[in-house]
Amino acid sequence: MSTEKLVVTASPHIRSQDSVPRIMWHVVASLVPVVLAAAWFFGVSALLQIATAVIAAVLTERLTGKGGAIADGSATITGLLLGLTLPAGFPLWMTALGTAFAIIFGKQVWGGLGQNVFNPALVGRAFLQAAFPVAITTWPSPGGGFFALHGDLFAIPLTHPLPNAVTSATPLGLLKFEGKGTAISNLVIGSTGGSLGETAALVILAGGVYLAWRGYLNWRVPVSILATVMALSAIIHFIDATKPGALFMIFSGGLMLGAVYMATDMVTSPITNLGKWVFGVGIGILVVVIRVWGGLPEGVMYAILFMNALTPFINRATQPRVFGTRLVSVT
Amino acid sequence: MSNLAWIFVSTLLVNNFTLVMFLGLCSFFGVTAKIETAWRLGLANTFVLIITAVSAWILNTYILTHTPYLRTIAFIVVIASAVQIVEMGVKKYLPVLFRQLGIYLPLITTNCAILGLALFQTSRHYTFVEGLVFALGAGFGLTLALSLLASIRERMEVADVPVIARRMGLVLVAASCLSLAFMGFAGMGSQ
Repeated sequence: MSTEKLVVTASPHIRSQDSVPRIMWHVVASLVPVVLAAAWFFGVSALLQIATAVIAAVLTERLTGKGGAIADGSATITGLLLGLTLPAGFPLWMTALGTAFAIIFGKQVWGGLGQNVFNPALVGRAFLQAAFPVAITTWPSPGGGFFALHGDLFAIPLTHPLPNAVTSATPLGLLKFEGKGTAISNLVIGSTGGSLGETAALVILAGGVYLAWRGYLNWRVPVSILATVMALSAIIHFIDATKPGALFMIFSGGLMLGAVYMATDMVTSPITNLGKWVFGVGIGILVVVIRVWGGLPEGVMYAILFMNALTPFINRATQPRVFGTRLVSVT
Repeated sequence: MSNLAWIFVSTLLVNNFTLVMFLGLCSFFGVTAKIETAWRLGLANTFVLIITAVSAWILNTYILTHTPYLRTIAFIVVIASAVQIVEMGVKKYLPVLFRQLGIYLPLITTNCAILGLALFQTSRHYTFVEGLVFALGAGFGLTLALSLLASIRERMEVADVPVIARRMGLVLVAASCLSLAFMGFAGMGSQ
């Protein structure tokens, strides 16, 4: 009967239950309400779009990854997030192509999960934006019955999609190109034109709060992004009243999805807490600059990609001081 | 004043010489293995760019007013001598950097970004101060692009990159992702 009182092991001594797959599947679970909200507003087209993206992501991961790589759920997240950034009527072959691009060139060539510098979903989205600029900015208006198919989902690959949907500009596009505002209440609920996950700001926020409470995302990133965007746009709105106000800015476009789910990607954001503040403030500034002065109505994707590129720098610059290294002059 | 600020921001980010206009790619891929070398090459480039901008302005305004067909040749001569000066300076005062840069230091001569700057400056009829700011923006833009790629490459060193993408393959992917990120500034200031 050996009742050892003293067990000697190497550190760490306190372990948590968390593992990469566990965190990833929690993120997937927290995205389910966002997907449901998209389905509520855009009907079955939204589900087709997201399902295509997820299936393409997992298949690509299976074909190119090391054994068992799909079990960690990261490919599912990439697919979900990419699907949520697309308009409901986006041709499905383009979705599949973009997702495959995201997995291969956003993640796998870098060495797989944990070694990529850029957020894979955003690499895929930026690729689609560059390759199909018209199709990706044709937003169907929400509604029109659950089973109504928006746009030209089943366009034959390499052909032009047929413009057969009732389209509506996004709130940001309306403001930038036509000078029209949108009611804040519509933005918060999500009954506006836009990409699938752009519209339901509250649902996304709830998912983010849940993940932050579980400790699976660092609250500093979304808080600093949203605070920076609010502060800057309030100042700009105060100086020039034709520019959008703070509430409009944070509830419109992909800012909520980007701030909560994309910028907080553990792999592509800085490691230190100070670095996370720098990262978030940088994204906030870039978002406001691109939205207010840029040629594009929306800039969250580019802002995050740009700060992803700066992340190795931020990590270098914000290394915490090593204790015991300060030289004390002895007299 | 706001015009000058705009020229600076526009050449630094919106029309970044390397990542948006794809000029000067040889040193972009050749000397970005380490950050220290990369940003110093960027500064050397900036220096040459400024000399080029000043000389191009003098040539355009006083010397080549009636002989525009001599411009390209005159620019090339000016750039080559500016690079010679930089090379001698670096060799004398920063011998370590001189060895790290190797062939890429004299190759600044053939860096299309520099001839590009002189030609853009001519076609856009910049004044002396505007040309100077243009050269500063372009130089800092090059330095920014070089340092960004170098910092990404330093991180790639420790990554488990698949055989098919080792070395230059992944560097090209990284550069194109950087370029995608810079697309967000496209069209800025057009309205």
